[in-house]
Amino acid sequence: MKRLNSIEDLEVLRQQILEQRKSIRKRVRICGGPGCHSGGGERLIEAFQKLLDEKGVGHEYMVTQTGCHGFCARGPIVVIEPANIFYERVKVERVPEIFERSVLGDDLVDDLLFVSEETGEKIVREKDIPFYAHQERIIFNDTGLTWSTEIDDYIARGGYSALAKVLSGMKPEEVIEEVKISGLRGRGGGGFPTGVKWESCRKAHGEMKYVICNADEGDPGAYMDRALLEGTPHQVIEGMIIGAYAIGAREGYLYCRYEYPLAVKHANRALDQAREYGLLGDNILGTEFCLDMFVNRGAGAFICGESTALMASLEGKLGEPRGKHIHTVEKGLWNRPSNLNNVESWASVPLIVNQGGQWFASIGTERSKGTKIFSVVGKINNTGLVEVAMGTPLRKIVYDIGGGIPGGKRFKAVQTGGPSGGCVPEELIDLAVDFEQLKKAGSMMGSGGMIVMDEDTCMVDVARYFLNFLVQESCGKCVPCRVGVKRMHEIVSNMCEGKAEPGDIEHLEELCDTIQEAALCGLGKSAPNPVASTLRYFRDEYDAHVLEKRCPAKVCKPLLTYEIDTEKCTGCGLCRLRCPEGAIIGAKKECHCIDEELCVRCGICIENCKFGAIYIE
Amino acid sequence: MLKDIDEMLLTSEKKRENLIPILQRIQQRHAYLSPDAMKLVALHLGISSSEVYGVATFYNQFRFHPPGKHQIKVCLGTACHVVGGDIILENFERKLGIKDGETTPDREFSIERVACVGCCALAPVAVVDDVVQACMAPSKVEGILLGFDIERERDEREKQESEASQ
Ligand SMILES: Cc1cc2nc3c(=O)[nH]c(=O)nc-3n(C[C@H](O)[C@H](O)[C@H](O)COP(=O)(O)O)c2cc1C
Ligand code: FES
Repeated sequence: MKRLNSIEDLEVLRQQILEQRKSIRKRVRICGGPGCHSGGGERLIEAFQKLLDEKGVGHEYMVTQTGCHGFCARGPIVVIEPANIFYERVKVERVPEIFERSVLGDDLVDDLLFVSEETGEKIVREKDIPFYAHQERIIFNDTGLTWSTEIDDYIARGGYSALAKVLSGMKPEEVIEEVKISGLRGRGGGGFPTGVKWESCRKAHGEMKYVICNADEGDPGAYMDRALLEGTPHQVIEGMIIGAYAIGAREGYLYCRYEYPLAVKHANRALDQAREYGLLGDNILGTEFCLDMFVNRGAGAFICGESTALMASLEGKLGEPRGKHIHTVEKGLWNRPSNLNNVESWASVPLIVNQGGQWFASIGTERSKGTKIFSVVGKINNTGLVEVAMGTPLRKIVYDIGGGIPGGKRFKAVQTGGPSGGCVPEELIDLAVDFEQLKKAGSMMGSGGMIVMDEDTCMVDVARYFLNFLVQESCGKCVPCRVGVKRMHEIVSNMCEGKAEPGDIEHLEELCDTIQEAALCGLGKSAPNPVASTLRYFRDEYDAHVLEKRCPAKVCKPLLTYEIDTEKCTGCGLCRLRCPEGAIIGAKKECHCIDEELCVRCGICIENCKFGAIYIE
Repeated sequence: MLKDIDEMLLTSEKKRENLIPILQRIQQRHAYLSPDAMKLVALHLGISSSEVYGVATFYNQFRFHPPGKHQIKVCLGTACHVVGGDIILENFERKLGIKDGETTPDREFSIERVACVGCCALAPVAVVDDVVQACMAPSKVEGILLGFDIERERDEREKQESEASQ
């Protein structure tokens, strides 16, 4: 690799790469996102590459492993350019057939195409699939298109041109102004205006300043930061370099969650490549500007997603947050001015610089600009990552893009904002999803996790789940959070176990108020949210648990019994054989029954019964 | 093990901010942090061993006992929870006769719970020896453990055969 010594060098390099690729007639894109990868995507790449080598056609066809395509429900995904033929659920055995017919030939492999549920029609092109057609993919567009581990691929697609634009004459203040015009608000949860944050950090006194990327993604059920960092690490890094230039920072850190080893690997690799090209280090692209960046791995603490705790952790200390009265933009990492932004915020920057703040501001709503990536998971058909303009109705996300609820069940609520967020119930399905509206509904944007729940989800159980999570993740520094959240968890657990007493709900409400007022950091202040919001919309479920000792959604195990339908049971005995506790009795060919005392409600009998004869009461 | 750690420490700078990366490297190589290992680190960085222990116990990643040969991590993130992740955990626990955070007495298996491994579209998810197992069900739990049993029997048989032929 040759170091780029000027801005022109970058353009020359881009032309060179494009020239080299001229002979490529078709490109096979194989999704290497978390979903597809675990589903066997890795073996597909090897298989395609082997065929290319065997046939000796590597100069005409190309196989690339890309980042997440978003449509994880249908993985592993293979797309063939230039026609963008979309094949879903591809198994490695099918590779030779695809290669013969659609790569070497121009034919289709019919049974791997997407079939529309509504019309039963087969859809060929990626963009025509409703899941994609209803989205507005901007930030999350390149992830499924670029070769995630190759900087050349990113450069060929116009990568680092925003950095070139900035370095060829934009003043730092002008960059900040552009970001301010764009109206970009932090995507990590708080929604603080990014341009304003940059400006205060630029104005802060200090020789040494830092830019930091928050890739801790603690919200369980959200994985867009992972997909971005794994799929287009250079987009994030380019954003950070531009930010560092605007702020005047000379060092950068990427703090990445420890459960994401692949993201760490790709980010490190990307930094190495950028360094070799002289896009990092001293005299970037031959200018005066110097910056280096490092990847740090988190060690599995949710609280380290909070800005001050993250910085403490970077210093090698306990990840304890501090009060908000000292601003990190003035005194952050090692008490020096530090600017922390989320992965998605950073990834938006190159696009804003290239296409202008006005363009970004033209998307979205009055006070929430641009688009947002959501991870739509849970009880929904098309699980995956979805990018839509701010203000898109929830109905569109759940039904048009998400394809509705599996098994004809009824939609109940969407949980957003992670452990600090809340639920949006069915009656608000037409809510225009942006920062303000979510807040008004008693939830919040958070980092963009959307967990869809259907009639079989118990809201009290959901509240207990989040409280349990927060009890474990509370750092223990302040009493309201350390003790208060634990008490809330006890009360809600009692409800789930049928041990609650009248008056417990009122107790809960009191605790909610106190903790919200008195806790030190964002974790504690927002810890009551899951309870407050489920109480607001699903109080009847709480009542059923407390007063009737009944779980309407049939989730809370101590409140349930398993029963066998005498009409349906054929006495095949499979459940009796499978039951690990020996709780099922019955003679062959005669109706069986379950001993309630022995039953541990493990669910094995239900899974095994071929006649659907076992039900929960 | 301690010798190896000593050598490793030689290559890392004596800076306080290296504490967590050093502990991570030790755990990666030796699967857990022993009290002696933490003392060595404290000595190297010139801080007290209680401080090292304090930091190590704060973060969920660090283990203080050797784990089982096969590590089972069951995801209990929100997406996995709403589709029955806890049922999967219970099934592993019952089958192996241990609770999460424990190791079987023969040191073959250990179970941990994790909060989201970023494969929420495949929920419920378990990670067995670093391989993501998608769409788990109670019968799949049995299948996975059965696979290990068969593997172990085969290994033992091969060992016996090779001993017999010698
Ligand atoms: C308990 C807690 C956890 C958080 N976790 C994350 C996280 O995982 N990822 C993230 O980007 N921001 C997280 N945040 C928000 C950060 O504190 C910070 O506001 C954000 O990273 C700033 O970047 P932004 O302005 O680009 O959003 C968390 C905040 C709190 C209080
Ligand atoms: S919640 Fe289990 S993988 Fe995300």
